Amino acid sequence: MPTPSSPHLREANSISRIMRLVCAALFPGIVVYSALIGPAVLAQIVLASVAALFFEAVMLKLRAMPIRRFLGDYSALVTAWLIALTFPPLSPWWLTVTGVFFAIVVAKHLYGGLGQNPFNPAMIAFAACIIAFPALMSEWPAQGLMLPFEQQLEIIFGFAPRIDALTAATPLDVIKTALKNNALRAGNIQELLMSQNLYGTFAGRGWEWVTMTYLCGGAFLLAMGVITWHVPFAFITSMAAISALCWLFDPGRFSDPLFHLFSGGAMLGAFFIATDPVSGCATPRGRLIFGVGAGILAYLIRVFGVFPDGIAFAVLIMNICAPLIDRYTQPTVFGRRANGRRS
Amino acid sequence: MMNKDAFKNIAWNGLWRQNTGLVQLLGLCPLLAISVNTVNAVMLALATLIVMAMSNAAIALLRRLIPHEIRIPVFILIVASLVTAIDLLFNAWFHELYIILGIFIPLIVTNCIVLARVEAFASKHNPFAATLDGIFMGLGLLWTLALLGALRELIGGGVLLSGIDMVTPGAEPLRILPETYPGFLLAALPPGAFILLGCLIAAKNWLSENEKRKTQARSAAVALPAAPEEKPAA
Repeated sequence: MPTPSSPHLREANSISRIMRLVCAALFPGIVVYSALIGPAVLAQIVLASVAALFFEAVMLKLRAMPIRRFLGDYSALVTAWLIALTFPPLSPWWLTVTGVFFAIVVAKHLYGGLGQNPFNPAMIAFAACIIAFPALMSEWPAQGLMLPFEQQLEIIFGFAPRIDALTAATPLDVIKTALKNNALRAGNIQELLMSQNLYGTFAGRGWEWVTMTYLCGGAFLLAMGVITWHVPFAFITSMAAISALCWLFDPGRFSDPLFHLFSGGAMLGAFFIATDPVSGCATPRGRLIFGVGAGILAYLIRVFGVFPDGIAFAVLIMNICAPLIDRYTQPTVFGRRANGRRS
Repeated sequence: MMNKDAFKNIAWNGLWRQNTGLVQLLGLCPLLAISVNTVNAVMLALATLIVMAMSNAAIALLRRLIPHEIRIPVFILIVASLVTAIDLLFNAWFHELYIILGIFIPLIVTNCIVLARVEAFASKHNPFAATLDGIFMGLGLLWTLALLGALRELIGGGVLLSGIDMVTPGAEPLRILPETYPGFLLAALPPGAFILLGCLIAAKNWLSENEKRKTQARSAAVALPAAPEEKPAA
């Protein structure tokens, strides 16, 4: 390739730098998460990373692309970490590997590799696995019941029987079941959640600590200029708005906005998943629309849908809309009027 | 009657080159909805095959009598009467299966493959060729549907031929994968049908590409029999 003439400006952000920063931003969340659940989280991360690098290498080889260069961009690693953090920590090993297979092979490379994938690979993994194995994907460990490391490993790798008593409904499940049955034994949703609390005060069972560290990681990404403010801002405000609306309408049936923002995958989704530069929107206004849509859909799916959390499906639905949104939100070209005519 | 090449051409078109499921992508509604297992898939494909063979034959016989302007309604009427007969036969012989296949047997009337072959082939050819075309198009659909159904029930639950007792009483489905196989539910659901059909189409295109490349290489070798620079492959 001939060198273009000067001046040369070097872009400070390379793919591998961005991906390394994302990993760094996920780190505090991982620490808190594994402190609450146990080292199984770390085992899942290692397992997912190894599987992701393996599938990535195989696919690059099959597509006759330079393996070393593309493995070194860390994008497979970020996908693997997001899968490990969104799957239940005690899932059997083959569930995680199946998820990674769907993310790397189907969602990423069959569509043309990094930069070409219309859907967020980690969320495809989640969606495929929760549709294929709904029971296993809803087995979240009861918190405060931390098993020794060896036993957690034995459960993941299938040497020990999966004990039903170890798992429990997440706070989101609890309120959804209450909403479905329409009869709250504990009086109302707030009291019900309080009765479930072990560590937390407002989002139940330690989830709030994990999500708060994700929030910190997200703030770090914002400060480093890896993501723009549009998607997280739109996601969080729209989710807060719709949950506040429902909560004000009937505080006995719907839980408050704070609970929704700090439970499940809301913060992880707002800062790490919906901000994916490839499958999301590219224009500033488009990103706002993307965030608002994802936030509202996530709330509706997690409260009224069948699945435990709605982030994955909300992000995937908005991924489908992203090209259309981009098409209609193109910023005005400098020197032209908004309708495209010359001024 | 017809020479060997014309016969070969019709057979190859139906089974592979113009395969209804993998190339023409016609009639995807029953293809995706019914292919949850091999038995359902094969039985529906058989029903479609019989309808296609008979409707092609009937319309090829009547092709000079049908006014061109109203040919489509006439085709539909003929196909519909044949489908009604098949529908009653299925109800009488395979009643349990008939209940499962449900609306998809009457829907053969609206299956675009049937109408497409009637319009594109039977109305322009003699009855013998038209019948053959219907049979081979049906066979192409049959093997595609059977493969898709087998893949879906194998990946989805680890068994083959589930529901076989509805066709031959007393037969047992084959369990291929061990009992502990958790079952990949996605394959049995509609998205699994789309994903697996996509994989089958990709495999078909890959094989066709390979074939084309080989014939090109062969014709190139024939065209340049003794290029001086080229050494024989080691």
